[in-house]
Amino acid sequence: MNFKTTAKERLQINRQRMPEQDPIARASNFQEVNLGFTEHLAMLEARRCLQCREARCVAGCPVTVNIPHFIKCVSEGNFAAAAESLLRDNALPAVTGRVCPQETQCEIECVRGHKGAPVAIGYLERFVADWARHSQISTAGRREPATGRKIAVVGSGPAGLTAAGELAHMGHEVTIYEALHKPGGVLVYGIPEFRLPKKIVQDEVRRLQRGGVKIECNVVIGRTYTLQELRGRFDGIFIANGAGLPVFMNVPGEHLKGVYSANEYLTRVNLMEAYEFPRADTPVLVGKRVAVVGGGNVAMDAARTAKRVGADKSVIVYRRTLQEMPARAEEVSHAGHEGIAFEFLAAPVEALGNKDRWVTGLKCQRMKLGEPDASGRRGPVPIPGSEFVIECELVIVAIGSRANPLLTSTCPDLKLDKRGNIVVDANGMTSLPGVFAGGDIVRGAATVILAMGDGKRAARAIDVYLKQG
Amino acid sequence: MPSSQPKVLRWLLARGAALQFMHTVLSKRKLSPNVTRLDVLAERIAAIRLPGQFVIVRRGDGAERIPLTIADSDEKAGSITLVIQAVGKSTRELVALDPGEVIQDISGPLGKPTELAEAGHALCIGGGVGTAVVHPIAQGLFRRGVRVTSVIGGRSKEWVIFEEELRRLGEVVVCTDDGSYGRKGFVTDAAKDLFAAGGVNVVYAIGPVPMMRAVAGLTRPLGIHTIVSLNPVMVDGTGMCGGCRVSIGGETKFACVDGPEFDGHKVDFDLLWDRLGTYRKHEEHSLTRHEEACRIGLQKPEGY
Repeated sequence: MNFKTTAKERLQINRQRMPEQDPIARASNFQEVNLGFTEHLAMLEARRCLQCREARCVAGCPVTVNIPHFIKCVSEGNFAAAAESLLRDNALPAVTGRVCPQETQCEIECVRGHKGAPVAIGYLERFVADWARHSQISTAGRREPATGRKIAVVGSGPAGLTAAGELAHMGHEVTIYEALHKPGGVLVYGIPEFRLPKKIVQDEVRRLQRGGVKIECNVVIGRTYTLQELRGRFDGIFIANGAGLPVFMNVPGEHLKGVYSANEYLTRVNLMEAYEFPRADTPVLVGKRVAVVGGGNVAMDAARTAKRVGADKSVIVYRRTLQEMPARAEEVSHAGHEGIAFEFLAAPVEALGNKDRWVTGLKCQRMKLGEPDASGRRGPVPIPGSEFVIECELVIVAIGSRANPLLTSTCPDLKLDKRGNIVVDANGMTSLPGVFAGGDIVRGAATVILAMGDGKRAARAIDVYLKQG
Repeated sequence: MPSSQPKVLRWLLARGAALQFMHTVLSKRKLSPNVTRLDVLAERIAAIRLPGQFVIVRRGDGAERIPLTIADSDEKAGSITLVIQAVGKSTRELVALDPGEVIQDISGPLGKPTELAEAGHALCIGGGVGTAVVHPIAQGLFRRGVRVTSVIGGRSKEWVIFEEELRRLGEVVVCTDDGSYGRKGFVTDAAKDLFAAGGVNVVYAIGPVPMMRAVAGLTRPLGIHTIVSLNPVMVDGTGMCGGCRVSIGGETKFACVDGPEFDGHKVDFDLLWDRLGTYRKHEEHSLTRHEEACRIGLQKPEGY
């Protein structure tokens, strides 16, 4: 292949499509929807990159991956070099290549997007990460000499794993405490197999363990050990325990049988493998008609999961319209192909039940869009007298989650904001010296990549803090 | 430590390290026709658990996460006591474990500790397996110097558990439905007499939902503070899923982090009872399948 492609030639290549599992087949299985680029597709797509001198895509990336460089390596067929470059910047590329909202981060900045489609940076990242996994290329660079300093990381989700990896690389002795029985946090209990295979998370966790990170599961900080005890035993602490507290709708009927929080529904299916029931012991209710409330990625995950475990009709109920939906564009489009229905401009006012207190429907009110609010999003305004009922056997509430108070409530010295999130300074340090925090416990419910960015920043700040101390 | 302790376990114990995460069953005893006591290694939890707290137990891959109250602990041996009513597949498989075998995951201690009375006379009422749950509370009260009277009950003599342990802490009134042991009747009947005698300052009632509801109904008009322990369906035990939501005085609470103990006069028992039935069909299906597997020898039955 001729590597010296001219800009004109590059511009003539159209964005390559991601090979996908057939929508009808995949709507009833849990295998991954996206199948990944072949080497040929990846090189073709990589050649679309114009190698901008001032690469705006990099500025759009929360962990500042050197995007043009790794893409250049791909276009030259030098996948090992691409992998080395990517892994240096991003601890979990196989994860972010699958779950990042590229269309609002790197790809929105791509100049090719001004006239046509942006370079498929996410697909290329995933390609390189998978190539590295299969080729057993695991460590980016050599580990620094041991410093003898001990660091505790609370939570093994994206922020915790990233921070742990970076800190171990710097030569510190890192122990991760995970409350559940399996490491990975939201990557294993929240994001479904068809979007992020658990094997990938497992591989990433093993890679960290090989790099010297210790992981102790079933340890609930705030219960098994207090934060104060950890402070006595470690030189530095990074809290990344997530936003694990479900928000309910606060409408009548919410306690009916058949009303789930998305957290519970997805945890049962993903972490506890309830889709295998009765081969796995944990059950999950199966509805022929399922209503999922919310418009984020979690709502898409729940609706698509419901379809896979046996729903004939799975409908997303969202109070704004398609334009305002916070979910990744690809998830919305995949959901649509799989036959998920959308009920826009509708807000639940009551869950209806039968005499045995099983849910039978969701009473909603029609909304219209009002004036844009402070964030620029148009707010929903109820239309009086517009109530209607969506008949269903299952309601899944996916309207967000808040900071879980289990840890913070047992440590009154830790400064919190009014929503219960931990307050940190520009370096990610909390009000307690040597205790850092990041991810959803600081931000409220956000994304995997922002949590990873926090983990990366905090690791550097912890390293600096320890060197000063 | 019990003498049933097998060789392999002694070898493991001699090795010392990493035992905190090796939850070996040290001993096992059948307390009633369907209630079994397991003493299990869990050093950290044994050292810090307080009355009213529970653990989440997952036997192994593919198994459910089951919340179980810590009935007792032995800090020296590093063990906790779990009292398990074998009603479904998961609990039957747990009680089928023999000494030396391992429970893969135990997390805890979870939940808020019991709000223990400072002084006075406490009535501890235990129904069925709830008697094991009331035991650590009675223990905590006793250690504070609170006078403890326990009222415990079962269908018949063989269903009464933890009598001996509770006798060490104070007076015990045993009730059986058929009168085969102690006084004939329900625990509520005996409690009624004790209330009539006067002097009871606080009540801890733990057992089946109808029993706790009945006790709360008795004490409400008398204005006696009554604490109950709720056992809703739970998954993670850290407040993450909301499956264990209960209604307390009209407010939604999560039993795993806000409880499991609540003011019995404020609990919506109807809601609790109803939500406990969410997976009844699944449980029956799972159990039938399990029994079939035991019958044809694919699965180890409960061995005693």
